[in-house]
Amino acid sequence: MNFSLSDEQQMLADSARRFVQGGYQAETLWHQFAELGWLALPFDEDDGGLGAGLVETMVLLEELGRGGVTTPYLATVVLGGGILRRADAACRARYLPDLMAGDLQLALAVDEQERVFAPENTALQAREEGGGFVLNGRKTVVLNGDQADRILVLARTGGEPGDQRGLSLFLLDPHSPGVTLTPHRLVDGHRAARLQLDGVRLSADGLIFEKDAAFEPVRQVLDEAILALGAEAVGALSVLLDDTVEYSKTRKQFGVPIGSFQVLQHRMADMFMALEQTRSLLLAATLKTLEGHDDARQAVHALKARIGGAGRHIAQEAVQLHGGMGMTDELAVGRYFKRITAMDGLFGGADQHLAAFARG
Amino acid sequence: MDLRVPEQERHFREEVRAFLNESLTPEILEAGRKTTSVFAPVKEVMAWQRLLHAKGWAAPHWPKEYGGTGWSVGQRAVFAEELVRAEAPPLIPMGLQMCGPCLIGFGTEEQKAHYLPRILSGEDIWCQGYSEPGAGSDLASLKTFAESDGDDYVINGTKIWTTYAHHANRMFLLVRTRRDGKPQAGITFLLLDMNTPGITVEPIVGLDEVPEQCQVFFDNVRVPKRNRVGEENDGWTVAKYLLTFERGGQDYAPALGVQLQRLKQIAARQTTAGGGSLRDDPVWAHKVAACESEVLALSFTEKRIKSALSAGKDPGALSSMTKILGTELQQRVTELGIETLGSQALVWQPQALVPGGDEAPLGPEYALTAMASYLNARACSIYGGSNEGQRGIIAKAVLGL
Repeated sequence: MNFSLSDEQQMLADSARRFVQGGYQAETLWHQFAELGWLALPFDEDDGGLGAGLVETMVLLEELGRGGVTTPYLATVVLGGGILRRADAACRARYLPDLMAGDLQLALAVDEQERVFAPENTALQAREEGGGFVLNGRKTVVLNGDQADRILVLARTGGEPGDQRGLSLFLLDPHSPGVTLTPHRLVDGHRAARLQLDGVRLSADGLIFEKDAAFEPVRQVLDEAILALGAEAVGALSVLLDDTVEYSKTRKQFGVPIGSFQVLQHRMADMFMALEQTRSLLLAATLKTLEGHDDARQAVHALKARIGGAGRHIAQEAVQLHGGMGMTDELAVGRYFKRITAMDGLFGGADQHLAAFARG
Repeated sequence: MDLRVPEQERHFREEVRAFLNESLTPEILEAGRKTTSVFAPVKEVMAWQRLLHAKGWAAPHWPKEYGGTGWSVGQRAVFAEELVRAEAPPLIPMGLQMCGPCLIGFGTEEQKAHYLPRILSGEDIWCQGYSEPGAGSDLASLKTFAESDGDDYVINGTKIWTTYAHHANRMFLLVRTRRDGKPQAGITFLLLDMNTPGITVEPIVGLDEVPEQCQVFFDNVRVPKRNRVGEENDGWTVAKYLLTFERGGQDYAPALGVQLQRLKQIAARQTTAGGGSLRDDPVWAHKVAACESEVLALSFTEKRIKSALSAGKDPGALSSMTKILGTELQQRVTELGIETLGSQALVWQPQALVPGGDEAPLGPEYALTAMASYLNARACSIYGGSNEGQRGIIAKAVLGL
């Protein structure tokens, strides 16, 4: 057992931290990511990637989380790339080079309005017709949906909402007839879109996996997205804790720094413990998934539940201990608070993942 | 001891309901639905206050001689419940809940005759100049100074977290009038006109992107001494009296009860992967039940306090208790709000929250307010004396620690 980073992993962490701290241009950020090789991290060397694993993604995203960098990395590389990585060779050859060069943005559309997040809860219909498919329905909160050059749409080709069978995944050009995209912001500053499909026709090669068999690969990709989110959360939460401790040392009331009050010291100690427990679950879930342990998915559920619970605890305390200043848009603490809040709302909330954990 | 409703109160609820049905305009109701803070959209809420004032119902809790209604505790609770149920925007509390009762308690006859009718009618909108950048929980360390100069005070300094200062035409504020002695002993309570030369108001953008708070700067601002409430250097007594109204004067339970009912309706529309509705999900139902039972308890705590008040007893530190319980339950209910909506709560459309605005909600209207309410509610445990401070007051004043 070894929890140390390898030399290469440490170099990645250092370069990511330098990049984030060094100041970057938001407009050119994505191509800089490509030049640094970060967009190629998880892809096989045979596909032109770096063949790195989940630990490298974790290392990178923790630093991006610490820097509070808003990027489409989760949508394009982890979600979209995660799907394409599992697609056939022709599909990989067609799309991965552009993705790794920073010239292709992706989105994965799973969520539907008034349906609790779960891939099997999908109702959007794909009907077979004339050797192809016709899609009708609506997807909501499609991360990066307004920027994506291709959108991967989870649709129902059989069964009923709730069934794991009967789900198929389609690669959609958002400029196709019948597609209506409504871009919007998320509370944490990320971009998303609402996707309306009215009689959208796709040929059979728009199908990414076998018909009716998309559930398992999509679930695997969503697990990886939760790991990525966990890494980003650990980075963001460590800033919330550090900033709060620092503020409590400088902010004076009643003639002394507020950090000298025992009631606040204990609460910051609790924040610290909550952060470290989150970090432990991130390691547990990442390594168990990487090594294919039987209880890997349990650990992923535990991690997502903890991002919600501990995230809310630490972020709320950070705002509370900053007082009025914590309620403004002026300090970093507000921005991180909103990012952590958004994380609980993505890919199913804490209660849902605890319930899944309980079911085993 | 009993819960019987007196005869004259039986038909009161119908009377209130009928009035609300005929008076609340679509514009005012839209503002009510889109209110995500203690402070409702100013134009619509002031229109609503004028309608209530015309009926004589703007300040039910004031003594009858000053424009109150003379209602019983039970009637006031019914009125509060019906207002929330009808989705009326809550009236701005600074004048009606805070400055008004303070003037009734400590103001001169001249001040009462001048200001109270203008508070009731909504002609004056008040803001509260208490906190300063260096004086939050430790309010008594405030530094804004009022120099005596003939019949005037000349004020220099700054106030922060002044809600709606950019909408207000009046401010009640605490200033320092003596530099030596105990900090509490050198504070004076003043009233001023926001149009006085030397005042600058800078809005502060909040987490919810709304400029609800302000910082206010005073550069040689002249205030006549007749605008002082209470004695010079005795403003702390007035301020403390006012804070008990800020903390305990308001009922949290009626609104919380209605919000939880609304949440159940929303949950009933969310389909889980198991095919049922979220409302029937045992974990969700358990969390809502935990909140509801706390709200039931709080509603009786609040009624006990109101009973004590109407019997002429000082609720004292109990107002700290309802402030803590009410605000923390409020925060829990807004947490449940975003949990219930999942990713739908993340869709951020602040422009769609502006009453009469032309941006339509992307999803269902009920999903529009959840996140803004959650973000705004984080302030509840900070303002009006942080909940840490309130727990300290209970420990000292009630438990004698």
